[in-house]
Amino acid sequence: MSQSGFVMALLDPDLPVPDGLIDGAGRPAGRRFSVYRNNVVGSLTEVLEKGFPVLQKLLGAEYFAALAKVFLRSHPPETRVMMLYGAQMPAFLAGFEPLAHLPYLPDVARLEQALRESYHSADSIAVAATDLAALSPEDFISARLQLAPTLRMIRSQWPISSIWAANTKETAPKPVMRAEDTLILRAEFDPEPHELGQGAADFIAALLRDETVGTAMDSAGSDFDLGATLSLLIAGNAVTTITRPEYAQA
Amino acid sequence: MMFDHAKHTLPARPGVGYKPQHFAEILQDPGPVAWLEIHAENYLGDGGRPLAQLRHLAERFPISVHGVGLSIGGEGTLDEAHLARVARLCDWLQPASFSEHLAWSSHDETFLNDLLPLPYTQATVVRVADHIDRVQEVLGRRMLLENPSAYLAFAGAEMSETDFLRELVSRTGCGLLLDVNNVFVSATNLQFDPVGYLADFPVESVGEIHLGGHSVDADDYGAHLLIDSHDAAVVDPVWQLYRGVIARNGPLPTLIEWDSDVPEWPVLGQEAARAARILAPV
Repeated sequence: MSQSGFVMALLDPDLPVPDGLIDGAGRPAGRRFSVYRNNVVGSLTEVLEKGFPVLQKLLGAEYFAALAKVFLRSHPPETRVMMLYGAQMPAFLAGFEPLAHLPYLPDVARLEQALRESYHSADSIAVAATDLAALSPEDFISARLQLAPTLRMIRSQWPISSIWAANTKETAPKPVMRAEDTLILRAEFDPEPHELGQGAADFIAALLRDETVGTAMDSAGSDFDLGATLSLLIAGNAVTTITRPEYAQA
Repeated sequence: MMFDHAKHTLPARPGVGYKPQHFAEILQDPGPVAWLEIHAENYLGDGGRPLAQLRHLAERFPISVHGVGLSIGGEGTLDEAHLARVARLCDWLQPASFSEHLAWSSHDETFLNDLLPLPYTQATVVRVADHIDRVQEVLGRRMLLENPSAYLAFAGAEMSETDFLRELVSRTGCGLLLDVNNVFVSATNLQFDPVGYLADFPVESVGEIHLGGHSVDADDYGAHLLIDSHDAAVVDPVWQLYRGVIARNGPLPTLIEWDSDVPEWPVLGQEAARAARILAPV
């Protein structure tokens, strides 16, 4: 019996139990093989439940478990590190016909996957508000800000920030249908999603491309609230380096 | 920093499988718990709380790193990228012990997240020994290999599990991790005598013992089929077998393994205290 035959039978319950597997008395193994089938499905389902709790809440535990079974059979892990298994869940959901009437689900899954990534990302030391305030206006405009490896941003045409909040916090308002940009910050160990105001996602996207603060502000448009966005980034320990022009050129 | 020998050897006392929900209580009052075991794959991230907690714990306790993903029994070559990640963790942590399983868990690119069984044949010995050699070479240390829990057997088996393990030890110089619950589970499921198995086990190579709980199911014929679920207290017959091993071989580092339906810290502490009484009878 080859391991590839064993794997195929593990993932497809309609296939017969592979030959050559027996019990202690030499009889065919029969449902003893199901222990391995159940372990694989059960352990991977548990990984997905832990990774996508809001998705599970939105769909109900029973539906989610059934969905997980379809997902894990078509997308078994390609990594041995289970903390991030499920990276293909957003794409899977986007193509999953029975849930096409809930078009925001793939982006909810993206948000949850980004939270997991942030949780395990590298630690870094953040600059303080006073470091930014110490810059002259000219230096500030031409500075570049390096952002923490724990930071994630998700732009969606759906209100995924509000949906996430409504399913994790008791006091959150009911989501209204609109586009939302979400920024995930990890001030210490626990990543938190924040809904971004007008222009802030364009500003942060420019910083991530290593543009200067001035260029990033230009890309953010006229309704952009610079003070609020910088406060959010500083409070989330998300700015790790300020590069002033003279150092950049040195 | 001075090399602290005590942190780099597992003491012949009780340890527990570390669960993050017990972090504060372990540091405050570990009771009889003298060391901790972690699953390597849960600590392969780049940062955050898991590694920060581990850094704290490693200052205070010897740590055993227990791999669950190397697939040492796999037909293909080892996943070198994964082995390198495990090596990086061990280089940083300098654990007191590294162990893995006599099992396979991946095939080609697919990882199954379960410990799958091997036929005990000459061909399998050669392959598994090659993989153990490679792991020991990359990690730069001797590893311990754990006996599996079995739900079925292979018609083509050429030798017993104990002979298979002895052959691996002699080829690779690896040590063994004796899981007494696995012995009890396999003995029940495959109808052999666990006392005879333990009498035949190469105990002189054992560097660590595992004790865990199991659940009870039934096979097609209504016979007991025990599942190695790590979700309950250690049962009395397993304590009995363990007492026999310690009486015969002297005290060994002993882990209480409880991975799902994890209880409050005091319950784990009581299990560890029970092991402590057997290891050092008053």
